[in-house]
This record gives sequence, structure tokens and C-alpha cells, in this order.
Amino acid sequence: MLEIIGLTKKVPGFSLKNITFSVTNEYFVILGPSGAGKTMLLESIAGLRKIDSGRIILNNRDITNLPPEKRNIGFVFQEYALFPHMKVHENIAYGLKVRGVNREERKRKVAEIAKLLEITNTLDKYPNELSGGEKQRVALARALILNPQALLLDEPLSALDAPLRKELRVELRRIHRQFNIPTIHVTHDQIEAFSLADRIGVMNNGELLEIGTPNEIFNSPKTLFVAKFIGFENIFHGKVVEASNGISKIKVDNQIIYAAGEYKGDVIVALRPENIIIMLNKASTSARNVLEGKILDIIDETHVVRILVNTGITFKVIITKNALYKMGLKPGQRVYIAFKASSVKIF
Amino acid sequence: MRKDSFTLFLVFPSIILSIILFFPVINLLATTSATQYIEAFLDTEVRLAIFLSLFTATLTTILAVILGVPFAYILARKNFPFKSIVDSLVDLPILIPHTVAGIALLTLFGPRALIGSMLKNFGLIFTGTIYGIVLAQFFVSAPLLIKTTKEVLLKIDERFIKAARTLGASPRNIFLDIELPLSARGILTGAILCWARAISEFGAVIILAYYPYTAPVLIYIRFETWGLSASKSISALLLLVTLSIFILLKCIEKKR
Repeated sequence: MLEIIGLTKKVPGFSLKNITFSVTNEYFVILGPSGAGKTMLLESIAGLRKIDSGRIILNNRDITNLPPEKRNIGFVFQEYALFPHMKVHENIAYGLKVRGVNREERKRKVAEIAKLLEITNTLDKYPNELSGGEKQRVALARALILNPQALLLDEPLSALDAPLRKELRVELRRIHRQFNIPTIHVTHDQIEAFSLADRIGVMNNGELLEIGTPNEIFNSPKTLFVAKFIGFENIFHGKVVEASNGISKIKVDNQIIYAAGEYKGDVIVALRPENIIIMLNKASTSARNVLEGKILDIIDETHVVRILVNTGITFKVIITKNALYKMGLKPGQRVYIAFKASSVKIF
Repeated sequence: MRKDSFTLFLVFPSIILSIILFFPVINLLATTSATQYIEAFLDTEVRLAIFLSLFTATLTTILAVILGVPFAYILARKNFPFKSIVDSLVDLPILIPHTVAGIALLTLFGPRALIGSMLKNFGLIFTGTIYGIVLAQFFVSAPLLIKTTKEVLLKIDERFIKAARTLGASPRNIFLDIELPLSARGILTGAILCWARAISEFGAVIILAYYPYTAPVLIYIRFETWGLSASKSISALLLLVTLSIFILLKCIEKKR
């Protein structure tokens, strides 16, 4: 288990603020926009940066003040940082070599891990002769050959193109299962986070805002930042005018929106665009909220379309292309939008 | 029409520049006949001077690498008080007139000067000796090596170093296994520049060591005593030799 307790680190213009979390033998993803301090956090855990205060505990051993080489933590860097002047086998064996492991033993271990990661045929190549996927595996092999007690991955998929990224996500899960050590994977990509993580920690501006399972984070974000970051694109300021029977009636400009839960005073209303449906007629729907409006714009986004509907306030709605063609929606057309009170998040 | 006048604006200055920069060298080589080259080469004093120049410049470069690479490493990697001042002081020898450099060296390394008088006890005399030539060449050329080395060290992706650290490498491991191999080519470039600069040094050298003659000093003496045509063939020969070696070194550098 890797425990981070109250980690604080100040540099000019930025600080990591009192970060606390622990990672069991799980796949933990830290999700946050660039500049959130994710890399700095990883480097602090690895010992590449001195921290101002806080403690880092790995398997009940306090490693806070140990140099990186004594921590026994594997690190895979963004773009992999394979040594360009060394062949793949030299890269992988480097950690063993500086530890004084003899040539025979190095050779044996390299062969072993290469087999495990299916990179045996790359061992005599130089890093610049490898594909993106091979580079990632070599970087993993280089870290894992030392039998680390934890593994840190800094944006390991960002250097790859989309189809390969998908494939290597599966690969990362497989490798994690095989080694079964606390793994922290840092990314700015939500899809990556939700498809890989056992748990996610969302980070912004040097703070770890919330931690939860992908389900918890996706459906019930606790902070507005997290809600926005994971796709609650409709954000409105409103005022609760009535709250009873587990439903709040909220005034947003001249519109009324119903939300599940009883709130009071000024609130922020948040709603995912894919949780809104569009109807041509005011048909019967179980949705609590039904509003009439005019289509302002239709924006193509390959698999889906994003529709801006003004009902007095402007809602962003996402529907499938199929639905768009079936309904024959056009800008300027009058439509109804509907969404459930339970889809509305209040902050 | 507009495009043509712009082309003219670019080309015309370039032609003038080429006449000033390249033509003299080509002209010197081309207008020297084969017999003149051979005559110059058969002159023992000339051969000795050219050999001395090549020898001292090589010695200077080796010394510059041994002393300059660690210094460049400190400048690139460490923080210390007055670092920016030290950093600009490195440029100073390149900037000051070379006669001034010679006088400055003599003031410290002369036989009766502070350091010179001490080193004299160990047989290191810097006036009129090879040591003096190397000292003068070193002063003006080592900064080129230091600067180039520092730049390449700074250009190394920090992640390689961080990766090595997480793999357990000590600073010494990192220097020998990562930084040195990755900057080898840059250091070689710096060494070539340093070597070329050392060969060409005249001002500082003549103040410390008028004799033994290096090639630039001999050329000056022949020019002063026997005139242009007497010094021209030696000049052409020196140019030919250094240019050949320079091109050879550049080829090695490219190959790496």
C-alpha cells in the first residue's frame, strides 16, 4: 500500500496543497487538466522533488526522506524517456547494471521480462526504431525489472494516436493484474481515466478535489469543478424558490428547473448534455422538466451532434446523428427539451 | 518586379560579403603554385613551426576537455553564488583583444609574477616555451569548448536524467552513462572549435612566447623581414594543412 499524507510542496507560482490519499494494489488514476500539478505530485512521490511537508509511506516503510534510488518505485515517464543511445536490452537492464547485478543475471532477467511484455524481438534495436506501443512496453519493462513496490505512470498514453491508445489501455490493465502493485496513472484524458481506473482522484490547481470509483465520480461529482471537468456542460446560477417532498423548484432567469433533493438559497445547477432529450411535440414524458425553445445551432461531432437550444437560457444537448436525421432538426426550429429532476446536480 | 528587387536586395550584399569572406582564402590557396607549396614544405623552419602549432593546439584542446567539461557541467547543472557572473566571465577571453590577453597572462604567469614565480620551481616557465604557447592558446580557446559543452548539457532532456535516477543511478552513473554519451557530439564540436581557435592564435602567443615559433608567429616574422611573397607560401601551406584537418574532423563529427 502506498500512502500519501498531507503532501505539500511550494514552488514559485504554484503549490501542491495538503494532498492525502492511499493506493492499495489497485489501479489509481489521477485525472486533471494540464497545470494541475499531476506530474509534480508523481515526481514528489518518486523522490525526484523534495517536499516541504507531509509523509509518504510505502508498505509501512516511511520513504519521505529517501532518495529516489532507495524508494523502490517504478516510474514511466511521459514519452517514455528511453535512453536514445542505448539498445532496448541496455535500457531495460540499466537499473540492474547500476545496482551491480552481473551480466549473466542481467541477461536472464531481461529475457524473462521481455518475454512477459512480448518485446523479445526488439531487444537489439535502438529506441528510435520502435513503435509507440513498443516504446511503452520497453519503458514498463525497464521499470518493472527492478520489482518495484509501486508503479507511477505519467501520461503513458498521450504520445500515442487514438486507436493504439485504446489497445494499450487494455495492455496496461493486463500488466497491472500481473504485477499487482499500487499503480498511479496520471492523465488529463477522462476516457482513459474512466476505462482504466479502479479509483479516480480528480486534481486541479495543486489540490486533490475528490476521490471515488469511476461510477461515483461520473454520476455524483461533489464539486462544481469536477462536474464541469467530466462533462456537466450545462451550468446555471439559480435560486431555490420552493423545496418540498424531495424536490427543489429552482428559478434560473425566468425559467423553472426541478431538481431532486431539497436545497435552499442560491445554487448552481449542473446538467449533462446527454441527459437531455429533444422532442418535436410536448408528448407525455416521465421527465419532470419540460421546456420549450428554439434551436440556435447544430454542431457536428462525428459520432454525435451537439445542439444548442434556447428556452430563455441556452441548453447544450447531445443526441445521436440517427436521432437528428429521424427528427429532421434544423436551426431555428421550435422544439421541447426534457430532463429528469434526478439528472440535475446542485452545487 | 517587386520580387526581383527583393532578390537583388538579398543577393547583392551576399556577393560583397563573399568577396570579403571567402575570396581571400580561395585566392591565397589558388594563386600559390605547387612549387611554392613544396618549397615551403622543404623549409625546416616552416615544417617545425606548423608541427609546433598542430602539436600545441592539440595539447591545448586535450587540456581544455579535461578541465573544461567538468567546469561546463557545474555551469549547466549546479547553482552557486554569483553563477551568472562566472557565466559571463567565461565569455571574456573571447571578447578582449588578444594582445591584452597576452599581457594579462604575463602579469600572472610571468617568471617574476605571482603564479609564474611559484610554478618556476617545478620547471614550468611560461615565457618562450611550449608551456607559454599552450597557456596563451588555452586562454583564448577553452571558452569555446566550455560554452558549447554547457549548451549541449542543458539541451539534454531532463526526463532522461530523472528516469536514470528512478532506476537507481547515482550522479556519477548519470554523468558517465547518460550525460557524457548524449553530449559527446557537442563536446567534439566544441573541441574542434577550440582546436581551430588555438591554431589560429597569434596575439597572446607572441607576447608569451615569441620563440619557439608557432606557424602564425613565423608567418608574421617572414612577412616583416622578407615581405609578402615570402610569407604567402607559408600562409597557404598552413591554411591547407589546418583546413584539411578541420574538414576531416568535421566529417568524423558528422558520422557520429
